[in-house]
Amino acid sequence: MSTLVLSATRQRNLGALTLIGCAWLVFVVFLVLPLYVVLSEAIQQGYASFFTAVLEPDAIAALKLTLIAVGISVPLNVVFGVSAAWCVSKYEFRGKSLLVTLIDLPFSVSPIIAGLIYILLFGAQGFFGEWLAEHDIQIIFAIPGIVLATLFVTVPFVARELIPLMQQQGTQEEEAARLLGASGWQMFWHVTLPNIRWGLTYGVVLCTARALGEFGAVSVVSGHIRGFTNTLPLHVEILYNEYNHVAAFSVATVLLVMALLMLILKQWAQERLEK
Amino acid sequence: MARSVSPVIPGFNLTLGYTLVYLSLIVLIPLAGMLVYAAQLSWQDFYRIISTPQVVSALKLSFGAALVAALVNGVIGTLLAWVIVRYRFPGRKIIDALIDLPFALPTAVAGIALTTLYAPKGLLGQYASDMGIKVAFTPFGIVLALTFVTLPFVVRTIQPVLEDIPRELEEAATCLGANSFQVLRHVLIPALLPAWLTGFTLAFARAVGEYGSVIFIAGNMPGKTEILPFLIMVKLDQYDYLGATAIGVMMLVVSFVFLLLINLLQRYLIKH
Repeated sequence: MSTLVLSATRQRNLGALTLIGCAWLVFVVFLVLPLYVVLSEAIQQGYASFFTAVLEPDAIAALKLTLIAVGISVPLNVVFGVSAAWCVSKYEFRGKSLLVTLIDLPFSVSPIIAGLIYILLFGAQGFFGEWLAEHDIQIIFAIPGIVLATLFVTVPFVARELIPLMQQQGTQEEEAARLLGASGWQMFWHVTLPNIRWGLTYGVVLCTARALGEFGAVSVVSGHIRGFTNTLPLHVEILYNEYNHVAAFSVATVLLVMALLMLILKQWAQERLEK
Repeated sequence: MARSVSPVIPGFNLTLGYTLVYLSLIVLIPLAGMLVYAAQLSWQDFYRIISTPQVVSALKLSFGAALVAALVNGVIGTLLAWVIVRYRFPGRKIIDALIDLPFALPTAVAGIALTTLYAPKGLLGQYASDMGIKVAFTPFGIVLALTFVTLPFVVRTIQPVLEDIPRELEEAATCLGANSFQVLRHVLIPALLPAWLTGFTLAFARAVGEYGSVIFIAGNMPGKTEILPFLIMVKLDQYDYLGATAIGVMMLVVSFVFLLLINLLQRYLIKH
């Protein structure tokens, strides 16, 4: 009997080890090797060429534009996310599930279509194209278009994180605050916001990561004008297509470092959230 | 209209109003604009554009590759989630934290990294080409890139569900004489299936529209490795707005039919 139990445990251990081994293999091939390739290609000709590529004026201009797009789209989507999560989680009303579906809609629309719809509205042959040209306003192939495209693809992130969290927290604490005489804003700042801050941080991090790296949607509306409408990911593409691999991977390394920073922040927010 | 959970919580009109206005301006009106734009086309013209061999082969490739990538994720995502939740081993926390890398990493970076890795002379590509397998610039490479960018979906949707299944349930089943296969069939699969399907759907929807990570490794050879989003991009570069719109509308419609079917399947499974 005892040998039977022993062989069963041994079999189970063997199974566990095999599964853990497979997970490690997937992890190394899928996640570690791509990281390694980016770094090794970037510094294959030494650190000097890395810094040259990262510090050249076009790369700096691209970085600035990326930060502008992130700086505008993330705060707007945070306000939207909090507002959407508030009305979805604190009230019952007809059409609520439809509203939630619509909030998630940008997740199932291709980024290329996200760019396309703004071209159809504001491009030269678009609905408002003539009017915009007469008034000398440029949206497509300019910064406003890039911001709009980034906004579209990042709309759901904050709301998506906050809705389940706020639904789970219910309304008791807010009710108590109101009954004790707090105004609506006082209730929000002193009760709701502290309760959702880690969920909010988590949503902001995901939203920022996507806004930093958005490629397809921005690519459609950008026009790829170096130094003017080129974001960092688009700059990577241009360098790569010019067979300037070292420069492409050097700029990619900057984006990779930002991505890893976002992952660390996300992990930190998540651990706070679970407490 | 509103039946508040509690009458003392303020802000319903403000938040609902703001949500609707913002969503309409950024998402709904522009999307509706595309449908209005497409209405300039007659059915014949629309059909003519979407039935060219180039578009049809891109349609098959886009949806086929997305389906395969979502299925592959269904397997390795489940494996990763299972291992992270059920076992304690060295490196577990690092694996858990880095699973989200594909969400954080810009898709263009992922694209050039995978292309370099799997190019015929690349770090992994050289072994593949020794074995006579071409990865970069083939549909296989596209599936690989899509699997990479959608890797976290299945893991992250089934991980919390798996954590919530009490171990006692499986132990009870085992004590009652169930073998591992029966435990899997009657305890684990029914509990995990809805979340698994959600993860699968999210991965599939994302993979269909994915552009940045694919275009580098695809090589974009007409009729062979062109995906639908790339074709839209080509039409736009030729200032063929109507052509781009027609393909865009078709892509949205086919996506929604797929998502609807998966949704119905999910409801059916939850009921039974």
